[in-house]
Parts: sequence; C-alpha cells; structure tokens
Amino acid sequence: MQKNGTIALTFHVLVLAFVLAPLVIICLVAFTPENTLSLPTTGLSLRWFKAVFAHPDFMASFWNSIWLAALSATLAVAFALPAGLAISRYSFPGRDFLNALFLSPLIIPHLVLGVAFLRLFALLGATGSFAWLVATHIIIVTPYVLRLVLAALSGLDRSAEQAARTLGAGEWTAFRRITAPMILPGITGGWLLAFINSFDELTMSIFVTSPATVTLPVRMYMYATESIDPMMAAVSALMIAITAAAMLVLDRAFGLDRILVGQR
Amino acid sequence: MTSRSPIPSAPWLLAGPGALFFFGLVLLPLALTVILSFQAYDHSTGIQNTFTLSHYITVVTDGYYLEIFWRTLRIAALTTLICAAIGVPEAYILSRMRDPWRSVFLLVIIGPLLVSVVVRTFGWSMLLGSQGLVNQALQFVGFAPARILYTETAIVIALVHVMLPFMVIPVWTALQKLDPMVEAAAWTLGASHLTALRRVVMPQVTLGMLSGSLIVFGLSASAFAVPALLGGRRLKMAATLVYDEYLQELNWPLGATIAIIVLVANLCIMLAYNRMVEARARRTLG
Repeated sequence: MQKNGTIALTFHVLVLAFVLAPLVIICLVAFTPENTLSLPTTGLSLRWFKAVFAHPDFMASFWNSIWLAALSATLAVAFALPAGLAISRYSFPGRDFLNALFLSPLIIPHLVLGVAFLRLFALLGATGSFAWLVATHIIIVTPYVLRLVLAALSGLDRSAEQAARTLGAGEWTAFRRITAPMILPGITGGWLLAFINSFDELTMSIFVTSPATVTLPVRMYMYATESIDPMMAAVSALMIAITAAAMLVLDRAFGLDRILVGQR
Repeated sequence: MTSRSPIPSAPWLLAGPGALFFFGLVLLPLALTVILSFQAYDHSTGIQNTFTLSHYITVVTDGYYLEIFWRTLRIAALTTLICAAIGVPEAYILSRMRDPWRSVFLLVIIGPLLVSVVVRTFGWSMLLGSQGLVNQALQFVGFAPARILYTETAIVIALVHVMLPFMVIPVWTALQKLDPMVEAAAWTLGASHLTALRRVVMPQVTLGMLSGSLIVFGLSASAFAVPALLGGRRLKMAATLVYDEYLQELNWPLGATIAIIVLVANLCIMLAYNRMVEARARRTLG
C-alpha cells in the first residue's frame, strides 16, 4: 500500500485540528475558575461542574432527556424489529411503501417534522405532555434501528433457523432461541444509536417541548441565547463525555464505522 | 426472501402497529401542515378556515423572504463545496493509512457526528468570538481583529464542521470498494500518480462525493441550531425564519408555508440528485 506524503499528512493534521478544536476548547473552558468564558490560565477548578449539578433546571432536563432517550429507543426497537422482519422476510404488496414510510423521517427535515407535530398536537389539545414527546422521538429514531435490523437480518445465515424448525421448534421458539440472539448486535447497536440521536435532538424538540418537558439540548439552546457563562461549557463537556462513552461502547460492540456508514 | 408461510397476513401483523403509528404521526401531521399553509391568518383572531394562496404569494414576492431563501441556498451550496474540498481528500488519505491509525482517525473524524449540534455550535461561538482563540491568533500574526461571529462566515465554518462526517462517510465507503492494487497496477503500466488518481480513483470517489453532497446540501439548507446561535438576530436562514414565524410572530400558516417550501425543495433536490447519481453509476459501472 502506498504511504501518504508529507503534504497529505499536513492536510490530515489540519483537518484533525479543525474537527477537534471546538470540542477541545469546550473541555478546557469547562475547568476555568473565572466567571467568564476563558481558558483556565491560573489553575483548574470544578466549580462550574458543581454549578451544573446544583442547577435544578439543568438536572431536571438531563433526567428528562435520559428517560426520553431510553423510552423512545426501546419503543423504536419494539416497532422496528417486527417491521424489519416483515420487510426482509416477506414479499407483499405495499412492502416498498412501508419501507419508505419507516425511513422517511431521515429525508424529512427535522424542522418540518417539528412544525407538523406542533400542528397535530395543537388540534388534539395534546401539547406539552411527556408521552407525546416520546411519540415524536420514536418517529425520529426508528429509522436508525430499522436500518441496523435490516442489515443484521440480510447478513444472517438462515440454515440454523431452518434446522431448528426441522427439529420441531415453533416459529416463535426458533425466533427467540436462534434468530434473536444472532441479530442481537444489530439490535443493541440500533438501540444505542437511537438513544444518542434522541438525546441530542434539538430542532424538532424545540417545537414540541413544554416548560415541564424541556430536554437537555433545548435547555442548553435557551441558556446559550440568554446568557453565556462557563456553566454552558461545563454542561457541554459533560455531554461530550457521555457521547464519547456511548461511542466507545458502540465501537466495541458493532464497529462505529459500520453503524455510521450511510447514516445521515 | 419470500417466505413459505401459509398466512399471507403475517407481514401486516408484524409491521401493522408501526405502520399505523407512522401513518398517524408522519403522514397525517404533514397533511395537516399542508392544509394549514393554505389557511388564512388574521392577527387578532388567528387561523381562519378559509382557503387562500396569499402566504405562498407573499413568500415568493416579498424581498424579505426571497433574501432569506437566497442566503439559505448560498450558505448551503458553499458548505457543500467546502465539505467536498476537505472531505474527499481526507477520506482518500484515511483509506491509505494502516490500522490502527486508520480506525482511530476515522473514529475522530466521524465521531463528532454523535455530539449534539448545540455543543459543537457553542464551541465555535467561543472560538470565533471577538475575544476568541481565532481572533487572538489573528492579532498574534499582526492582523486586525475580525468580526467573525454573527456573520455568514461563522455559519459556514460551523456548518462545515457539522456536515464533514456526512461527506467523509460515503467517499470512504466508495474507496473501500476500490482494490488498492488497481491503482498500483496503473502505476506499473506506466501511469503517473496523477493519472492513476484521475482515471482510477476519481471515478469511484465521484459517486460517493455526489451522494455526500446531496446529504450535506439538504441538511445545511434546513439547519437550525447553527444559524440560530451563530447568525444572531439579523442573519436568518429558512429554518430560523420558520421558528420565528411559529414561536414569535405566531403566524403559523405563514410558517407552515415556508416549512412546506423547504420540504418540497429538499425532496426535489434529492430526487434530481438521485437520478444524476444513478445515471452516473450506470455510465461508470456499465
């Protein structure tokens, strides 16, 4: 294999610097002892992290986002797994339409989904409830789960399942004992990817959250438009840490490049 | 793929609940929004039940809205161009690395995709501010401090950062399908490195670049967080305009009109681009 030349490597280093710069600056400023957004020059301090944990709004939004992400990722698996089985194993009229319907939230801008949900909820009188917020996040994250479930199912060798059926296992037993364990990495990867995408979502959520159900990204957005102090950097650093942890788990479990390839 | 299952209703039993859910929460709300965009609006009484085209006419004739649409297109196009200029060579360099560096750097480049856009935008607002690191560096080399934050430049820089993974991933995938020995064979047969790059690598890369550009353009044109946080009050893009119409002006029908235009423009560009990519794929792959 041909090695990269000096120019190529310089370019590579510059790109890395560009990609990492905003994340690094956040993590540095988060440790500042000062009252303003500044690099910590006189020493490191955890005061802004303590401020975050003592801030009732941020903590409420954080737990709200965690529950929202966990619930919507789980329910998205509950929808995507049977739908994936139907799409990959049967040919029936409307199959392509169903596939397109389930993947459509990837093509529709989140902004448009946000205003569409807002209109529906206004007509139903359902604005602001947590259950409806979960429903909207299920719509947003189901395509990610479905894609990984479909990929796992299409790469599956079905002879083990057929052997189980030949040996007398029922359809459900064969699925539970043979197929499900075999596609488990796909399901787990899909769940985690769904969790992260729900946890990070801003553009759609900003239209459908109420003061009682403000998610962490929406809270951060509101905070950033009103006041800028290092607490914002501390929250951001915590979010980067959580995402990095999830990313490492995803990478170990499934290979991050495989999960993200083709993701939009 | 076909099953020998005796029950033809099985797929609908499996996919039915999800299909109903998506029908009620994707197609129905979109249809309601389309209807809303044709409903009259009165500032004192709100949304009327009368049909009107006035919102569409306002949006396509009023210079205020046209300027925002034009800015949105310009920023999205510029972002796409810069993403291609950075992402394509970077993907090529990545594909020529050896493991473990290759996997590590791929992770570094596409990993930020999973970090919330609010976080990344906030990072750029610190870097580009009047006292930010970029301005300090400019002053250090002897330039006058520049006003970058709240300009289109700031929006483009942050959008390129957010969108870069979407360009790198498809190009990298396309390169994975290319056997490095083919490029080596071209050199053996007397082709210069440049010729090999142009005749062997580029045709593969172009497909990935086209699909990457499509995603980057679509997402940039409907981006909200970046223009909202880095554009200030004056520099609106389509998404921030919709947000203002809905949550500040409370003129939902007009907001719905702009949202529908964004959606339709997005879908048209995607379809046209898809056609182009497919036609190209047929031509290059025979």
